[in-house]
Amino acid sequence: MTKTTRTLRATTITMAHGAGGKAMRDLIEDVFVGTFANKDLEQLEDQARFELADLMQSGAKLAFTTDSYVVDPVEFPGGDIGSLAVNGTVNDIAVSGAIPKYLSCGMILEEGLDVALLRRVVSSMKAAADKAGVTIVTGDTKVVPKGKGDKIFINTSGIGVIPEGVDISAANCRPGDKIIVNGLIGDHGAAILNARGDLALDVELKTDCQALNDLMQTMLAVCPDIHAVRDASRGGVATVLCEFAESSNVSIRLQEEHIPVRDTVRGVCEILGLDALYFANEGKLVASVPAESAEAVLKAMRAHPAGQDSAIIGEVIESKYNRVLVKTHFGGERILDMLVGEQLPRIC
Amino acid sequence: MKYVDEFRDPDMAKRVLERIHAVVEEIPVTRDRPLQIMEVCGGHTHSIFRYGLEELLPDKIEMVHGPGCPVCVLPMGRVDDCVAIAEQPDVIFTTFGDAMRVPGSRKSLQQANSDGCDVRMVYSPMDALDIARKNPHKNVVFFGLGFETTMPSTALTLLQADREGITNFSLFCNHITIIPTIKAILDSPDMVIDGFLGPGHVSMVIGSAPYEFIAGHYKRPLVIAGFEPLDILQSMLMVVEQIKAGRAQVENQYKRIVPEQGNSNALKAVGEVFELREFFEWRGLGSIDHSGVRIREKYARFDAERIFAVEPAHVADPKACQCGEVLKGVLKPWECKLFGEQCNPETPIGALMVSTEGACSAYYSYGKIDIRQAV
Repeated sequence: MTKTTRTLRATTITMAHGAGGKAMRDLIEDVFVGTFANKDLEQLEDQARFELADLMQSGAKLAFTTDSYVVDPVEFPGGDIGSLAVNGTVNDIAVSGAIPKYLSCGMILEEGLDVALLRRVVSSMKAAADKAGVTIVTGDTKVVPKGKGDKIFINTSGIGVIPEGVDISAANCRPGDKIIVNGLIGDHGAAILNARGDLALDVELKTDCQALNDLMQTMLAVCPDIHAVRDASRGGVATVLCEFAESSNVSIRLQEEHIPVRDTVRGVCEILGLDALYFANEGKLVASVPAESAEAVLKAMRAHPAGQDSAIIGEVIESKYNRVLVKTHFGGERILDMLVGEQLPRIC
Repeated sequence: MKYVDEFRDPDMAKRVLERIHAVVEEIPVTRDRPLQIMEVCGGHTHSIFRYGLEELLPDKIEMVHGPGCPVCVLPMGRVDDCVAIAEQPDVIFTTFGDAMRVPGSRKSLQQANSDGCDVRMVYSPMDALDIARKNPHKNVVFFGLGFETTMPSTALTLLQADREGITNFSLFCNHITIIPTIKAILDSPDMVIDGFLGPGHVSMVIGSAPYEFIAGHYKRPLVIAGFEPLDILQSMLMVVEQIKAGRAQVENQYKRIVPEQGNSNALKAVGEVFELREFFEWRGLGSIDHSGVRIREKYARFDAERIFAVEPAHVADPKACQCGEVLKGVLKPWECKLFGEQCNPETPIGALMVSTEGACSAYYSYGKIDIRQAV
């Protein structure tokens, strides 16, 4: 139950909703506090407060992260900016091995925003938070004049607790490690590209937006000594692997035929001359796992709803050149580099 | 994936490669350097690197990556003209995506967009025409770019605009034509190329007849090639088989797409709208006679060059840049003094570093030079 009594009657956001007065209270109490509905937020203090003792039951170290979300369009097949803002930050915490606990929610709204859209986004945040087992405990709202923003920008920060003995770092990859990804790559990037409508492609593409914390804990239960994990959001799987290679002073060799990519995403890439390895994902992690545990970890991942299409896509090899190599289907090899600028479609 | 995987079948590739190796072994050695085969088209360059084909070929074959990347060979002065047009009031400047990043002497179109110009990426000239329909009070300019591959769609869009009586759409025509450029390379005194993989999609429009002089006059084999890895390998086999037999013919590997006579409707539209320029400036190669087209007088009202009174600005290629030598196969990309140091994909100086289809960019990005050291 919430203590909220105020109701927001406006149908569009105006500058008044950011001005600190009654309109703002209506917005905050009805839309945010009413929807997120938890006792920390209902205190309406300037900050959330937690008992250290509660946190320390899960581990001795905190993980803390922040991320901003400016996606266009705000709503897209399979998700919206709200689910993205929750899952993205949950995943940034989760891939350290931490158990995500609390999130903040800072919103920058553009004057003229449809309140119904805002309500949908906030409900979607709540649903994503519940699913991931985190609580949104503090927040902030600003309104900017029309044209100074783009509908909704969201910043979420998050805190999680790292269990004892877990030491995951991009610098920990070791030669022999297997590289595992938890499913089909590139769905989010392709879905967003398609949702913008420029391509006019008649294809079904959905974001892969999902929380990875439960999957991560499942993996750690099988192998507490997982070496490196990152979520492959912007820059895609390719960028994560380049970061691994550089931080760990190793090279990584991928087997192209083992990289799981949906046919529709491949199709989009074929048509535009793009590479799914660079497409953003919002529910995919890349892990470097000791060889002896790789099969067991893979099996556990495949049994988890967030990892049914998991696959071993390559391995870590000793090399001072810190390269990511891709063995192509028929034995050729190429180097996968960090992206320069953005991926642009080719002319012909 | 249907119609894709068939052309990437590893077993088939292995068999074709074995035959290439066998045929090359039977070619009598008449000189101390490898056979140089040029792939003319940037799309081929991209595939060759994307699938790591070069290292699967015998050492006795050396690929020379040709001039067929329209984005790469775009002279700096033309980019400056684009920016100047985009900077005019009430202009929406539309372009294919990969032209956004090409550096001008002042800035790229991407930078112009950041600086407040309205530059939009489109996937087809028809998208640009649609923007014109939706923005009747703006002047929508389409940056027409590319070889014969993209020329017909630009011509048809202009004819469509004419039919609809659209008055706020124009074309900044920078279309170029491949044949005079191949001829210029063949006429170059330091040219050492033994055979060609001919462009696939250009040929879909122009057919195979325009290449006959390469086989007839210059006695070099040319095989029109598709873009899938197996297409390229099969075409390579066809070229080396010709060399082994001492033949020089135009052959067509890409028969599923390229008709011998080309596409007469496309050629008709192109002929209706465009005429040859006396010369056109290429980045890295300099001025080449009859290598570009412009809009005919009849359609002058759609010609951005006339509307915005663009005086093609000549901006010389940077002095130390050796793109021309790389294009002719005289130098390897990494033998250029600028390669990887001053000139890299983030800050390209020469044409070939600009687009992912450019040889230098491909070498740099796919790390071709040190792939053997990388493991």
